[in-house]
Amino acid sequence: MRFSALRILKEGLTGNRGWQAQWRDAAPKDSYDVVIIGGGGHGLATAYYLAARHGITNVAVLEKGYLGGGNVGRNTTIVRANYGLPGNSEFYSHSLRLWEGLEQELNYNVMMSQRGVLNLCHSDGQRDAFARRGNAMRNQGDDAELLDREGVRRMVPFLDFDNARFPIYGGLLQRRAGTARHDAVAWGFARGASARGVDLIQNCEVTGIDIEAGRVTGVQTTRGAIRAGKVAMIVAGRSSQVAAMAGMRLPIESHVLQAFVTEGLKPCLDHVVTFGMGHFYISQSDKGGLVFGGDLDFYASYAARGNLPIVEHVMEAGLALMPMIGNAQLLRSWGGIMDMSPDGSPIIDRTHVAGLYLNCGWCYGGFKAVPGSGDVTAHLVATDRPHPVAARFRLDRFATGRGLMDEEGTGSQHNLH
Amino acid sequence: MRLPCPLCGSRDIREFGYTGAALARPGGGDWSAAWDDYLHNRDNPAGETEELWYHGQGCGAWLVVRRDTVSHAVIAARLARREAGA
Repeated sequence: MRFSALRILKEGLTGNRGWQAQWRDAAPKDSYDVVIIGGGGHGLATAYYLAARHGITNVAVLEKGYLGGGNVGRNTTIVRANYGLPGNSEFYSHSLRLWEGLEQELNYNVMMSQRGVLNLCHSDGQRDAFARRGNAMRNQGDDAELLDREGVRRMVPFLDFDNARFPIYGGLLQRRAGTARHDAVAWGFARGASARGVDLIQNCEVTGIDIEAGRVTGVQTTRGAIRAGKVAMIVAGRSSQVAAMAGMRLPIESHVLQAFVTEGLKPCLDHVVTFGMGHFYISQSDKGGLVFGGDLDFYASYAARGNLPIVEHVMEAGLALMPMIGNAQLLRSWGGIMDMSPDGSPIIDRTHVAGLYLNCGWCYGGFKAVPGSGDVTAHLVATDRPHPVAARFRLDRFATGRGLMDEEGTGSQHNLH
Repeated sequence: MRLPCPLCGSRDIREFGYTGAALARPGGGDWSAAWDDYLHNRDNPAGETEELWYHGQGCGAWLVVRRDTVSHAVIAARLARREAGA
């Protein structure tokens, strides 16, 4: 089934009886060429690009819950490519370009909205750092504009520009960045993969990884054993548990990141605005809710909910930046489980087991990476070689110390990012 | 979440800093696989774990806290100074 304006018109006139399920709810077969563990955004995107770019369609995606029920549905939907270090720079640039063509690629409305991401600065030093970062972004082929205070004021006049602690000096704007509808991204990749023959298998938890003579041969699941030529672990949020089945101990610690949404309001905020000094960022969803979040709770957690101190901190930072949101009623808050890596950058690599691949460590930035991660992981699985834009996401960089990607410059140890 | 400081009693987590999994520090000053493991790799359990917390806005003690990462239940805390290698 192909979506088009004509189709919507026809269905509207005939009672919307012609719509079909978007993907097959498949039962597991005995054997696949490739098994992908994890039916989140990255796993589904990997399956899609394996089928669409590499012609590998004898693929199963195994999801212990339901498709898109994990972190792809628990984020704040921001898409951007404003990284500064080699490795991250080319990868997120690649991912943003895939985002820009994603709706045409998938024939699916992911509500990609290039409304611009504006990072605010509050000191001369921070403005200098933003100028440097903006130049890095332009060098990688993406857009960046350094705005002065009046430039920021023209865009978002309702901010508190004269805050005593953090007066607004200016901002770094990436106009091509923005937001996308997170659920639709999962659904769109699922639909595209399923239509090309990929089996999407829900309620199927992997309980073991079969390895013979140093090579992966399949997985054990709650729905029986499945043989596989290759297996990709794409389960950020549960990476340590899944990798442990293959005898691996990962450089990952799981943390909770909270996010919040208010009741629906009339349009008032046209862009994504980030207030890094207050660990606060905000956008307005197409439904009207203000979607915002802050920093990690900063303790290991798998609880998918956080504690009050960070809730209070986020609200205080939000009110310091945008006093006008003080009367909005908070509707929901939730937490996502972050795979925190020591340097704050992801891992996409082979493992010590032949045919077993690892995609993890997305920290608090996995959503914007979904198409890029799927594309490069599919390349890695199909060719056994890293994609050029992801060649630095090596698992061994912590052991060797070579090629660390510590964007914040805080060090390559846990609890620093 | 509240942590039971052995010196101060039950206190809000605002008073504490989390400093990661409580691990035995390897011997020797030269880089080795043991140091890589100590600095980077983690069991990262979904369930009970032992962590170091610093009571920076209280008595200044370092604590080893036994805690459940799924339920956020705090099970026990003891002073870290009695730990060999901590």
